Amino acid sequence: MDFITSALDYLLGIPVLGWGTHVGFVYMALLLLVCLLVFTAFILLADRKIWAAVQIRRGPNVVGPFGLFQSFADLLKFAFKEVVIPAGADKVLFIMAPLITATLALGAWAVIPVNAGWVIADLNVGILYILAISSLGVYGVIIGGWASNSKYPFLGSLRSAAQMVSYEVSIGLVIITVLLCVGSLNLSDIVTAQQEMGLAHTLGVPWLSFLNWFWLPLFPMFVIFYVSALAETNRPPFDLAEGESELVAGFMTEYSSTPYMLFMLGEYISILLMCAMTTILFLGGWASPIDLPPFTWIPGVIWFVLKLTLVFFMFAMAKAIVPRYRYDQLMRIGWKVFLPISLLTVIVLAFILQLTGWGWHGGVA
Amino acid sequence: MRATQVVNTLLLKELVSAFFLAMRYFFAPKPTINYPFEKGHVSPRFRGEHALRRYPNGEERCIACKLCEAICPAQAITIEAGPRQNDGTRRTVRYDIDMVKCIYCGFCQEACPVDAIVEGPNFEFATETREELYFSKEKLLDNGDRWEREIAANLSADAPYR
Repeated sequence: MDFITSALDYLLGIPVLGWGTHVGFVYMALLLLVCLLVFTAFILLADRKIWAAVQIRRGPNVVGPFGLFQSFADLLKFAFKEVVIPAGADKVLFIMAPLITATLALGAWAVIPVNAGWVIADLNVGILYILAISSLGVYGVIIGGWASNSKYPFLGSLRSAAQMVSYEVSIGLVIITVLLCVGSLNLSDIVTAQQEMGLAHTLGVPWLSFLNWFWLPLFPMFVIFYVSALAETNRPPFDLAEGESELVAGFMTEYSSTPYMLFMLGEYISILLMCAMTTILFLGGWASPIDLPPFTWIPGVIWFVLKLTLVFFMFAMAKAIVPRYRYDQLMRIGWKVFLPISLLTVIVLAFILQLTGWGWHGGVA
Repeated sequence: MRATQVVNTLLLKELVSAFFLAMRYFFAPKPTINYPFEKGHVSPRFRGEHALRRYPNGEERCIACKLCEAICPAQAITIEAGPRQNDGTRRTVRYDIDMVKCIYCGFCQEACPVDAIVEGPNFEFATETREELYFSKEKLLDNGDRWEREIAANLSADAPYR
């Protein structure tokens, strides 16, 4: 009985039953989910608009003012179309693959803190959780490509899997450099560490808090993380997996209607996840860039969304300005450039931190 | 040489300069015409949807000489001629243009001795069925009535060059 009440309290909490001791987990998850999906709809539009603007086009501008409701129109279109399942496809896996992709992409958001304490699961191993979940994301791609029982999707999924696996290595090492400085795997702690120590404090100007963030001392890692994040999420210029000139749409070729939408959704949510990770690891999360009154009045969540949007803008610009890489060049960058550089940095940084005693010591780890 | 190349590569020099170039274009005025809401210029010689014209007194111009039918390279025009009931003048009984066959070459309006068949400035006559593109005499005369002002203006604008 006790277990049931405490479980109900944990899950449903205050808003409906009125007797809980804290806000129910379900409501928090629902709120994040709704906000995230609506934000994704506008990010999708922003992606197309930015791409269009760089090519001196207008982009979608008919549905709603400035085309703001284009994504919702697309959603309706996807939802009302017929789901075509190829005769040779493995039906169960074929339907399961987009579900896996979308669910995992959404699931990873559970540990992302959007403000101080605003996080669904404040895990001590948040980084490990994200690494694990985003590695599992490869399964959606592989299963989707294999279950389609068709050449292009299969080739696309193989490429995509190889690419995601190789860039995960350098992403992991880049994250380790940040972890060495922070001494904690908790994402909230990483942000707190960037507020409480860093270059601005060393230089004696603690109010210039944007100098505190890790993008400056770890600048090469920041760049590597940005490029690897592009590759990890199969964004252009590393979108070999769905290179439309050669593989039609890669592993998504046979998909249509809602399953296709789920793939797209999962892809964009994991892109946003990578943007959020960049924000948290290198751009100080919810912290305001200048620690003085007019800036500190703005709530942290707004700073977080602003930084996230800025990073996404850079993602979108990379799509607009960089030509697609050749597959061997992609693999070369991943294994022969990024991996040695980040590995070397991890070792050198560990020595420096050990010798100088620099780093955040407020963490528990 | 190699050292500078390595430095430039690591600092993403090309990406950064490309970014600023892209930002210049980002804010550049868009040359795109916002099509359904604003339309581009159409030349007076534009060969669009066909129309059969009338004289100002309402009499149809076409005298069923069949020159257009003869010259039509796609053989899209079908004409049947006959004397009209009330005054016995030679008129078309049937004047059909298969707009699916038509190649919009404009030979019909060149051949016409009385400026009856013309290609107007309208290019937005897409239909949902193929049957709607088999234009009959009524449809063509109706087009003529609807577009007469634009057609007359275009013909007079083009007249000095003929």
